[in-house]
Parts: sequence; C-alpha cells; structure tokens
Amino acid sequence: MSADLLRLDIRLTLDDFDLALAAELPLCGVTAVFGASGSGKSSLLRTIAGFERPDAGSICCGKDVWFDSTCFVPPHRRPVGFMFQEARLFTHLDVTGNLAYAEKRAPRTSAIRRTQVVEALGLGNLLKRRIAALSGGERQRVALGRTLLTGPRLLLLDEPLAALDRGRKENILPYLERLPGEFDIPALYVSHDIDEVAHLADRVMVLDQGRLQAFASTAEILERFDLAPYTGRFEAGVLVEGEISGHDDRLKVTHIDLHGARLAVPYTPHIDVGESVRMRIRARDVAVATEEPKGLSIRNLLPGIIERLEADPETGSAELLIDIGGQRLRARLTLASVEELTLTEGRSVYALIKSVGLEGSVGMH
Amino acid sequence: MPDLTPLWLTLRLAGVTTVLLLVVGTPLAWWLARTRSRFRVPVEALTALPLVLPPTVLGFYLLLLLNPTAPLGSFWMTMTGGTLTFSFSGLVVASVIYSLPFMVQPLATAFDTVGRAPLEAAASLGAGPLDAFFSVVVPQAARGFLTAIVLTFVHTIGEFGVVLMVGGNIPGETRVISIAIYEQVETLNYQDAHVLSLGLVVFALIALLITYGFGGRRHVG
Repeated sequence: MSADLLRLDIRLTLDDFDLALAAELPLCGVTAVFGASGSGKSSLLRTIAGFERPDAGSICCGKDVWFDSTCFVPPHRRPVGFMFQEARLFTHLDVTGNLAYAEKRAPRTSAIRRTQVVEALGLGNLLKRRIAALSGGERQRVALGRTLLTGPRLLLLDEPLAALDRGRKENILPYLERLPGEFDIPALYVSHDIDEVAHLADRVMVLDQGRLQAFASTAEILERFDLAPYTGRFEAGVLVEGEISGHDDRLKVTHIDLHGARLAVPYTPHIDVGESVRMRIRARDVAVATEEPKGLSIRNLLPGIIERLEADPETGSAELLIDIGGQRLRARLTLASVEELTLTEGRSVYALIKSVGLEGSVGMH
Repeated sequence: MPDLTPLWLTLRLAGVTTVLLLVVGTPLAWWLARTRSRFRVPVEALTALPLVLPPTVLGFYLLLLLNPTAPLGSFWMTMTGGTLTFSFSGLVVASVIYSLPFMVQPLATAFDTVGRAPLEAAASLGAGPLDAFFSVVVPQAARGFLTAIVLTFVHTIGEFGVVLMVGGNIPGETRVISIAIYEQVETLNYQDAHVLSLGLVVFALIALLITYGFGGRRHVG
C-alpha cells in the first residue's frame, strides 16, 4: 500500500493507568481500536489528537512530526477531526453556527463544502435548530458533519455510538460506514462492540490494559482463537466475502456465490448482482456435519476442511476453524459432538450456517 | 435637591473599577479555575480576603501602601506628580483591591462550570486557546460575566470604610455617594440623606433583579 503511515510510539502515564504501544497504521480506510473499557482506547485517541501529552516516544503523520522529544504540536494545529462520545456541540450556537464554526477555521485547502456535508448527513432540516432540540442521534450527525468540515487528514472517532440506544445506532451507522470513503478520509474508530468493528473496520488494533495485543486485518482478528478473551466467545465469528449472484424476488432471498458454493441471505435487492459483499458469520451459528445432510431446514451448506480444532475441556466446548476454499469459518461445538463425529484436523466436513449477517458491499471503505 | 457631584463621581469610580477588574480578574479567575498548581489555594484565599476583613483594616494598610513615602506611593508621585492617597486614582486602586473577589469568584465558578470539554471540542475544530476563549468560553460563561460585572459595580458603589480611610472627603475628588450620605447625616440634613440613600436602595435592587432575572432563566442543554 502506498498510503502514508501514522507512526505511533507512545508512552503515557495517567493517574491510574499507563499506555505503552508502538504501531504503524496505513492512512487509508477504517482502523478500529478495540478493547474493553479501561483498555486505553480513548487515551490513545486523545494522545493522537494532542489532548494528552506522552511522557516519551513520537507521533508522526506521514512526513509531519506531531510529537517527539523536541516538539509538541498543540491539538488545534493537528489536522485531525475528533468526534467525541457526547457530541460536544456548542450549546450557545445553533446547528448552522456549529457547522460554520468548523468551516471558518478549516484550512483553505479543504475541499469539503458545507452543502456537501449537509446533504451527505441529511442535516437539511436541522440547520435552524437549537442544540437542545436535537435527539442523541441527530447530535452525533451534526458533530460528524462539524468534524468533517475541518477538512481533516485523519478522523478520530471515540465511541460515537456508545451513548445511543440501538435504534439510533442503526440510524447513524450507515453514515459512519460511508463517509470515510465518500470523503476519502482515513479514520480511527474506537469501539468495545465487536459487531460494530466487524461492520466498519478494515483492520483492528486490539488493546488490553494499555498494551497492543494484536493488530491485523479485521478478518484475521476475527479468526484468531487466542483473542477470544477480548473479542468475546458469544460474539466470536468471522467475515466472509462473496459475490451477489442473484435475487429471488418471490422467495425474498438473495443468493451469494462463495467460490462455487451458494449461500442464501436475507433479501437485499438494493445491492446489485455481481457486487462483492461482506458477511459476518458467528461461530455459534455454525453447525458441522460429516456427510451431506438431507431433509434439513438449514439451506446454507458449505463443504470445507477442518483447519484447526481447539478443545476447551473446562467448558466442554471446542473451537473449529474450517477452510471453505480460501476463506474460513469459525464454529463452536460441544466436546461431546466432536468425539461422537470423530472430528479431527484435516477432516472434510459440511458447515451448516444457521444465520448470516450481511454487512454490506465491499470496497466502500 | 442635594448636590449630585458625588453621584457622578461614584458612577465614574464604579465604572473604571469594573473595567479594570474585568481585565485583571478574568485571567486570574481563569487561572484559578484551570490550574493544578499548589499555589492555587493560597491565591484563592488571598483573593477572598477583602470579603472577610473589616474595611478599616484594608483601608489602613492601603493607606500605608499608597502614601507618598511608601515605595508604591512615591513611584506614583514621580510618574504622575500627584499622590495616590486622598485622590481619585487612589480610590480606583483601593476599589480594585476590595472589589476583587466580587469579580473573580463568579467568573471562576462560571469557568469551572464550562469545563474542559467544550475547549477540547474547540481545539479539535482548529481554534487556538485565545480564539477558543472568546468564541466558546465567553458566550458559555455569559451569565457568570453578567453576575460578576453587576456585583462588582454595585459593591464598588456601596463601599464606605475603605474609601473614607484612603480617600477622605474631598468634594469632586473623593467624596463618593456613601461619604456624602454620611456627611449629611452628621450635619442632620436628613432630607438630602434620604434622597441619596433611597436612590441607592432602588438602584441596588434593580441591579440585583436584573442579575437574578437572567440567572433564573435557565437555558436547556
């Protein structure tokens, strides 16, 4: 990748916590910063923005040095857009005033126009409103618009959905998903919700107690068994890519081609045939059969080979990684079924998929 | 009808004092609301001192500090040719000191309420510290500024003890309204004392009504 890099080498001590990590992030697409609360995600973002000053290390964005032993660029001179968990809109201004505040201070080179942001975020009928009259989701949309108008080189999103209820979240998620691509701005997205991460991110940094535990592509992170303590057992699953092969308008299903194998997912006619899509398949939604089953209500059946099998005697369960022609599925079975079916690594099986979450088109990021 | 010169003199004194305190008190209040320095508590206590000291004590020390043989007084003398004691300038210096807490405390409380969050938001939008102060902190702390300005102005108008100690009773120079009332009572001129006193009562009441009226109108959010 020829994209610029954000090079981080940060040592930061706060009252009850310390952060120490080094990483190089490509400045393109969405990078998730994932971890439990208290893992240092927000501190990392605040340090990149310049709100916290590290004790030592360096922060470089492309050719620009933002922090090292001899220099510290203050937050207002860093070309980053920061979106806070609580929106932090200025209550003494209305929506237009908040947008204008950012626009007025943006670098002249900024190519982002207010009309474009207003349209992309659907802010048209909010412009005259006072901040107090906005709902939580509307506030976050305005905050995102305000941030975009600063013409940032990098977006820092600090759990912008955490304060919203589920319905509102689903309202704003599509915007977050689309915008970094639409405005071509790389983003760092802090979250403790693996579903959100799977949905939005191209790559993931896993943080625990101020240390970097893993940094890889989202698919790879989701496939790793050893990260279960962070990614969660219940939500564990993988991302799989396929191509829309057709829509069945009568039966209301959409068919997806996965290297020859066919998968039926909930009807999504708004994505065109031939487009690549990304799906999330949870380990708990995958069952395994040693022979091709007949007379089954589950219609998503993929042949594959067990690549890894890891038993956990403590819980009486086993984690499987199944190769389905280059891509992988995770499955969680009981130890009893593993023994009864005499499953071992290298064995050919059929993966039965109870449910698929379609995450949207690939290449939006 | 009493002589109105003391009234104009008082308004001038209160106006000048309020403007000076706005300039001096705002950065001091900002520092008090933001700093983690160990000097914060002593400075805060020192700022509040005029609230608890008898005006005569304050006036006594100011008299010692401002008289032409003291360093500050003699410096003023060589710079301007006049004395600080028993002069309008001296009254301004004294008023700035005894009204300091009335400016600083409401401002510090208001700055504290605004907090760090809007400042970080402003910085993330490209506003430097001074820009952020005027574009975000001042409007968000507007009620605090109103309270501070009104209290300082009204309190300066009402002060008596310090003025008497430092300024004496020179018509047109240091005879402010409270001194004029005192003198009229001393000379049993109750009629004029009434006009001025009642005028002050009404004025103070109106000022406080305005302040609390604005303070009570809470803005949601």
